[in-house]
Amino acid sequence: MNATVASLTARSLLGRRRALLLALLPAILLLLCGAARLVVGVEPDLSVGLLGGFALGTLVPLLALIAGTGAIGPEIDDGSIVYLLSKPLSRFRIVVSKLVVAIAVVMVAAAVPTLLAGRLLSGSFGGVAVGYAVGAAVAGMGYCALFLLLGVLTRNAVVVGLVYALIWESLIGGFVPGAQVASIQQWALAITERVIGLSAADLGVSSAVSFGAAVPLLVAVVIGCTWYAGLRLQSLRLTGEE
Amino acid sequence: MSTFALDKVSRWFGNVVAVNDVTMTIGPGVTGLLGPNGAGKSTLITMMSGFLSPSSGTVTLDGEQVWRNEAIYRRIGLVPEREAMYDLSTGWQFVLANARLHRLADPVSAARRALEVVDMTDAQDRAISTYSKGMAQRIKIATALVHDPPVLLLDEPFNGMDPRQRLQLMELLRSMGEEGRTVLFSSHILEEVEQVAGSIQVMVAGRHAASGDFRDIRRLMTERPHQYTIRSDDDRALASAIIADASASGVQLVGGGLAAAAGATDLGEGNGTALHVQATEFASFIHVLPQLANRHGIRLYEVSPADESLESVFSYLVGP
Repeated sequence: MNATVASLTARSLLGRRRALLLALLPAILLLLCGAARLVVGVEPDLSVGLLGGFALGTLVPLLALIAGTGAIGPEIDDGSIVYLLSKPLSRFRIVVSKLVVAIAVVMVAAAVPTLLAGRLLSGSFGGVAVGYAVGAAVAGMGYCALFLLLGVLTRNAVVVGLVYALIWESLIGGFVPGAQVASIQQWALAITERVIGLSAADLGVSSAVSFGAAVPLLVAVVIGCTWYAGLRLQSLRLTGEE
Repeated sequence: MSTFALDKVSRWFGNVVAVNDVTMTIGPGVTGLLGPNGAGKSTLITMMSGFLSPSSGTVTLDGEQVWRNEAIYRRIGLVPEREAMYDLSTGWQFVLANARLHRLADPVSAARRALEVVDMTDAQDRAISTYSKGMAQRIKIATALVHDPPVLLLDEPFNGMDPRQRLQLMELLRSMGEEGRTVLFSSHILEEVEQVAGSIQVMVAGRHAASGDFRDIRRLMTERPHQYTIRSDDDRALASAIIADASASGVQLVGGGLAAAAGATDLGEGNGTALHVQATEFASFIHVLPQLANRHGIRLYEVSPADESLESVFSYLVGP
């Protein structure tokens, strides 16, 4: 972890209009949940639908996509990353610093709003709010690590990330149960399920992956992606304009 | 004192050879890397700064491999050609961040010193996005100098600078060289290079074409045979007059199609022919030509040097 790398990253990630974009999605979630609370009152089933479908299924991957790729992709594109790389700094340290910033953004913009939205909708019923907030947090870590790696590997990281989150996880995962095994969303849901505990089955919170498999898979993705991103950054080609 | 050594360095991208078997040594003092656009200068500097691996050969700084060696950046200051910086920061914040990234003992005074060297203290609190090109260039140089490196690599540093800024930067580079630093900068403009650089490395089409003192290279360039394209009201007569004189070694009548081939010499301006003249010596030919024309009653319409572009000078240096 390097504080200077982190602060440069945070400044470019939250600068300009991107901070607004990052605030927009959680605002929509909170508005939706607030409206639902006003219309139907405390309703655990609805909260599972909204938190699972919108918060964990859409908000977290989209914010992690913006934060994860945005933490490194634009700098590689415009070449300004040369100012970080032309320093006697370990490339792994650079990647970890950027990952920490991206994860922090997702915590603030996705996990915390998920907790608030859960509380709004379900009160403290069965730990639904906490369960989904924990799920959003761990999913955020996995997505950020994956999308940051994509940002190092390809200039089309946003497109590739969208394809993964929308097509693979949501679409294919919805039809082909096997595809859900390779889904960060499902791993996080397994952890949510465990946090909610006994009432999870009643509420219909169930993951395609067992808790015992989800945790090591998430840890492996976070560590593996970070390690590989650092490795690729070591041999990043920065060609001039010739 | 640091020395860069390139040993049989080549770099290709797919089928395109950007740098072809270059061997050179760059020691203390200011060295200019001269060559036309696309000659491989940037590729060479990118390899020397460790952001591109050579396809073959080695690039070392004081015997140490540059590629994949982060520790080397303690000794290298790099000024990239590309413009982008973290332009939401102010100049001060950005130079200070660079000092911190180097983990200097006293980053604040290092940043202050670097900004003083490039004369940017007055504008240091403005956002980088508001800077002119010359100011941004000076901030880039400050970031490269902040850790007081013995080696400075600059890729096309004079691009986009106005004449005053250019002179300032030249002065700065010269003083860096006099301090014993190894300063290498690339340029495609001979005048820029010869005003600052004690020694010159010339790159043409990926090859190392010439190296040495700028006076030697200047002489090579001026003493080479010169070519002219000439149009007159009687190209054939002029051709025979020129070839009869010792100042030219070859004359070729070109264009004019059938008319010229049929020997129609009296078509004047509209006949579309021209002479390509190979002069043996620059000064004497220019002196002799008007006299020849006058003596033979020939009117000259156009005399233009055919090969004054930098590329042709370079290709002369590379040889056939």
